[in-house]
Amino acid sequence: MNLQEYFSLVFSDYTLRTITLGTAILGAVTGMLGSFAVLRKQSLLGDAISHAALPGIAIAFLITGAKDSNTLLLGALVSGLIGTFWIRGIVSKTHLKSDTALGLILSVFFGFGMLLLTYIQKQPNANQAGLDKYLFGQAATLVESDVWLMAIVTGVSLCVMLLFWKEFKILLFDKDYAETLGFNTKTIDVLITVFIVLAIVLGLQTVGVVLMSAMLLAPAAAARQWTNSLSTMVVLASVFGAFSGVFGTAISASQNNLSTGPVIVIVAAVFVLISFIFSPSRGLLFRQIRFVKNRRDLELQKTLSFMFHIAETHDDISHPHEIRILNNFQGFTKGSLKTLEEKNYIRLEGSTWSLTDQGFETASNLYNQQHQNNE
Amino acid sequence: MSSAQFEIQLIASIVAIACAIPGTFLVLRKMAMISDAISHSILPGIVVGFFITQDLNSPWLILLAAFTGVITVVLVENIQKTGLVKEDTAIGLVFPVLFSIGVILIAKNANDVHLDIDAVLLGELAFAPFDRIYMGGVDVGPKSLWVIGSILLITITLLILFFKELKLSTFDKGLSASLGFSPIVIHYGLMSVASVTTVGAFDAVGAILVVALMIAPAASAYLLTTDLKKMLLLSIGFGILSAISGYWMAYWLDASIAGSITTMLGILFLVVYLFAPSKGIIAVLYREKQQRTEVSLLTFLLHLKNHEEESERHVKHLNEHINWQKVRSRTVLDLALKNNMIAIDNKIVSLTPKGDEFTTQAIDYIITNEDAQIEDMKDDFFLFRG
Repeated sequence: MNLQEYFSLVFSDYTLRTITLGTAILGAVTGMLGSFAVLRKQSLLGDAISHAALPGIAIAFLITGAKDSNTLLLGALVSGLIGTFWIRGIVSKTHLKSDTALGLILSVFFGFGMLLLTYIQKQPNANQAGLDKYLFGQAATLVESDVWLMAIVTGVSLCVMLLFWKEFKILLFDKDYAETLGFNTKTIDVLITVFIVLAIVLGLQTVGVVLMSAMLLAPAAAARQWTNSLSTMVVLASVFGAFSGVFGTAISASQNNLSTGPVIVIVAAVFVLISFIFSPSRGLLFRQIRFVKNRRDLELQKTLSFMFHIAETHDDISHPHEIRILNNFQGFTKGSLKTLEEKNYIRLEGSTWSLTDQGFETASNLYNQQHQNNE
Repeated sequence: MSSAQFEIQLIASIVAIACAIPGTFLVLRKMAMISDAISHSILPGIVVGFFITQDLNSPWLILLAAFTGVITVVLVENIQKTGLVKEDTAIGLVFPVLFSIGVILIAKNANDVHLDIDAVLLGELAFAPFDRIYMGGVDVGPKSLWVIGSILLITITLLILFFKELKLSTFDKGLSASLGFSPIVIHYGLMSVASVTTVGAFDAVGAILVVALMIAPAASAYLLTTDLKKMLLLSIGFGILSAISGYWMAYWLDASIAGSITTMLGILFLVVYLFAPSKGIIAVLYREKQQRTEVSLLTFLLHLKNHEEESERHVKHLNEHINWQKVRSRTVLDLALKNNMIAIDNKIVSLTPKGDEFTTQAIDYIITNEDAQIEDMKDDFFLFRG
């Protein structure tokens, strides 16, 4: 199946439609909530939570013996929350730093989850196959009810976010101020964290515990480059997330042997790369261009000021000088002389140059900040 | 205990030691999450190395994969340097991408290579004794024992050679740089050792569980001591303890050895986290409660000193005036009485000479902004703590 076939089939084929819709919604909700995680400097929390959710899935299966994805996700949610609050406990009550707490909880919970999974596999119950899809995710196992669940959670988190928008925002950027205003920062904090955990747990079935953190971060990190406004960033991150979901599904469906999760992550990473390079205000490309332009301007001004100091010593400022005498000064090139001529600061005649009145005027005011520069 | 069982425990213990040493420094340098990133991103290195060498234990594969680990660190640092995103976001972006590339490489070539993601991520220690090295026809032991053993040897040599440099640059970067030890060389040296260890150990315990072996023993040890040498020894001890007890738990449950070792590490950390003498959660909570009572006591004594009139010094009055609950006032009063700070005469509280002296000194410290001194003073005055 190639990409064109995919797009013609996406509306008619049940499986493709479900998966595409699922990954799109997932991308949107993780992008939305991921923006908060990134801005709160909790980027790696997502990684820890997604790993910490694994034992919950196994325990939920051990208790119920059923593979109903809602029950398993509930288990994942509980164990993800336990992990999150344990991390907070470690960071606030001991001198261990957050990176240690994250790495510790992540690996220990994951290891415990693996122990339980291998234990389950040895059980005589034949129903256990397929639990390991939560490790790397299998978008192909999404069914309509899963998509509905995602949609409902997305709707709820959207409502909560709109309802508590100003509280979230103020907590994000100025916690102390929020506290002095009388907001219950602890509750808001817990609320945001719970929703981040919820978003991560939702994605486990699709992209798996190992790659979930990228789903949370990448759209938000990409969106951050284009704007300084929180609302724009949240919207952009959702859009990026949704598109990564759709494109990732499309690409993986059009090839054999390509699991959806990793492809979605790579598509999201491409979004990040493009944003890093091409964003107008923060991007590396435009930053470099601005840098070069600034340097050129500076060199031009240096040349002009050097000429000014030569012309100053003569009564007639437009007295022509040889270009050669500029040689002790390294900052000029043919190009810069030409630019100066274009700006009507100097006149070039053969191998000589002379300052114009305008050039003299500009050069004498070069370091005068009060002077209005009409450039 | 059969010889295979012994060998498994030996390998697990050596892996634990080899991980605990770089892990201690990673925890102290606040770079624990880097080990997580490395453990994921070595996957493409392993896959490419496997395509080239067709042997999971080849030294070339280990070097290539470890090189990917170092590349991860470099990438993270460069992304961070652009200032576009914070360090944690940079880490969180780099390793899933590299890991995804690895997964896709495996998936695309799954048909013709014997390598699957589960093996890389989770490892299988139980099979380690079956892959043996023969030297001139003589069985000299399991391959992974040799691999991880040589890595451990290199690590220990480097540790002994550069112990003071490592110590200095870990605790005082500025000083070590000004003394001429390049922080960059030490940083990348440590990163390389961590990468090589991760790669060497993934075969036995799996890449993700290496993270547990690096961080958990060091974190537990850090809660028990603040001496670097003791911390190193403790984390090694914890590592070995969990490796061996984890093996027997896995044997009993018939489950993954790596998962069970990690679980033991988690239980060990939980115990230390709860019961560590001065930094455990119970000790911290107890100390917080003690501090609260003692601060209340001080407030109470200051109140007494400020008020000569009897109406302000009545026992009942404390509840109303300082706004304390009944229980709290009782605790504070009892503590003050036990320490001979106050005397209660007909329900009227007054300072004893000792209480007066204590309060006067405390006021002095508070006015001169040396509140910390009050802690030392408490040792001199208190017979019983709060």
